Amino acid sequence: MKSMSVRLKIFAAMKQIAVEQGVTLPPLEDDLRLHETGFDSLGFAILVARLEDELGIDPFTMSEDASFPLTIGDLVRAYEHLPA
Amino acid sequence: MNISPRETVSLRDYLGPHLKGRTISDGRELVSLTNILGESCLGGRLSELSGRSVLLAASDQLISGLAMIEIDGVARRMLLAPHDLDAGHVSALVADAGIDAVVTDDPAQWREVGIALVVAARQPTTAAVAARTERATEWLMLTSGTTGVPKIVSHTLAGLTGAIVADGPPRAPAPTWATFYDIRRYGGLQIFLRAILSGGSMVLSEPGETVGQHLARLAARGVTHISGTPSHWRKALMSASIASFSPRYVRLSGEIADQAVLDGLQRAFPSASIGHAYASTEAGVGFAVNDGLEGFPAGMVGRSDSGVEMIVRDGTLWIRSTRTAHAYVGKDAAALRDAEGFVDTGDMVELRGERYHFVGRRGGIINVGGLKVHPEEIEAVINRHAEVRMSRARSRRSPITGAIVVADVILADAAGDGNKIRDEILSNCRASLAPYKIPAMIRFVASLEITAAGKLARHDA
Repeated sequence: MKSMSVRLKIFAAMKQIAVEQGVTLPPLEDDLRLHETGFDSLGFAILVARLEDELGIDPFTMSEDASFPLTIGDLVRAYEHLPA
Repeated sequence: MNISPRETVSLRDYLGPHLKGRTISDGRELVSLTNILGESCLGGRLSELSGRSVLLAASDQLISGLAMIEIDGVARRMLLAPHDLDAGHVSALVADAGIDAVVTDDPAQWREVGIALVVAARQPTTAAVAARTERATEWLMLTSGTTGVPKIVSHTLAGLTGAIVADGPPRAPAPTWATFYDIRRYGGLQIFLRAILSGGSMVLSEPGETVGQHLARLAARGVTHISGTPSHWRKALMSASIASFSPRYVRLSGEIADQAVLDGLQRAFPSASIGHAYASTEAGVGFAVNDGLEGFPAGMVGRSDSGVEMIVRDGTLWIRSTRTAHAYVGKDAAALRDAEGFVDTGDMVELRGERYHFVGRRGGIINVGGLKVHPEEIEAVINRHAEVRMSRARSRRSPITGAIVVADVILADAAGDGNKIRDEILSNCRASLAPYKIPAMIRFVASLEITAAGKLARHDA
């Protein structure tokens, strides 16, 4: 169940950053748009850096043409589709 | 004082047999300064250096210091080569400074470089003739930048000693000075010159010695006055040997002295006076602050009555005084002063209430999504935590914001509760820093790299 664990790790990291940044996260569902999470670009920058340390991958630096995802589902898939 | 023709002052004017018991020592040797004018470490060949441009390239500081005393006032120029001089830079420096003589304890190596005259330097022996001051020697030093050929900076002895002379003679008894710096760099040279001008003694640092061994030697030699960078002092404060050492005066320079390191030193040395000085190879000695607080009184900026004028342009400190270097030396040398004679220090300051605080180097700014962050201001906040001994904030590349800030921290007790301390550090950061300045990650490390100049190494600057 590798994919589930990646999803849970992303959600846990987001919840931790939300606490640190004083952001109230809406329920994390696949079709939630990232701009609706309340995170600013700094929040996502921290998320990507922490996930790189935890999962060993940074899908947005590794791929030249990777565009940043629009929804939570896109974000999770960006990590799931890369080998750790 | 035996003043020479045209009243040119050289180092030998501050030495003489009437001052008893003066010494200069490193970890291996101790040499009397009382009778040094009757001796030569150049085997009596000083006269061959008259009017020449001399590269002083000895491997150890003790021979370098003795050679400086001998060569000053005789050679036209003296370029102080630090011990870690990159061999690949030698030919460019020799050409730019017009070097035509080298003084070294390794003559065989230098004969192959093609410099006309090679003079061996060794332990002093009795000199046949007493040296005489012939001219004001130009002192050349190298900047301590980390990349490329270092710049050559030109000083005079009068400029180098301006702040020392302005402070007046020290109270008796004469001090025994020591420094963590190498005396061939500006910060260390200042202390060597203070020891010579004060009529006192000098205890040099020794490569390869541990902090504990160094502190024990400082205590054994009765060191009363000592200087180093805040990084030097943070390392010293981590050593148990600090308890056996009790200097009267402790000086910090070369990096920002934050409140945590000033307080730490006052706790370690309750009876000592703690001062922090502002100086650089190019700008010379700006000022010293002895009130135990970080930063400096705002009233010091804009004044011109102390011989040192400081102004703040676009947040950066500029200095004009007789103690600044005169010029960069070399065929492609840039201007060191502006049209009005001010030197750009590259150090950024911020006015908070009645004091200016140093916030960091202009060249070391981290850009987080267009917002500017000085790593030094983050370190100052992290260092406030009682369990933190030292820290380094640095840039980490980010595909979202270009960079984010992360921090490496040395704890006083490596076995401490890291998670609790991390939360407390972050809480301190949130209380006093904007969100983009708060480290996204804090890593606990066993050590942090210190450069040869005694400063925290910053590779991402």
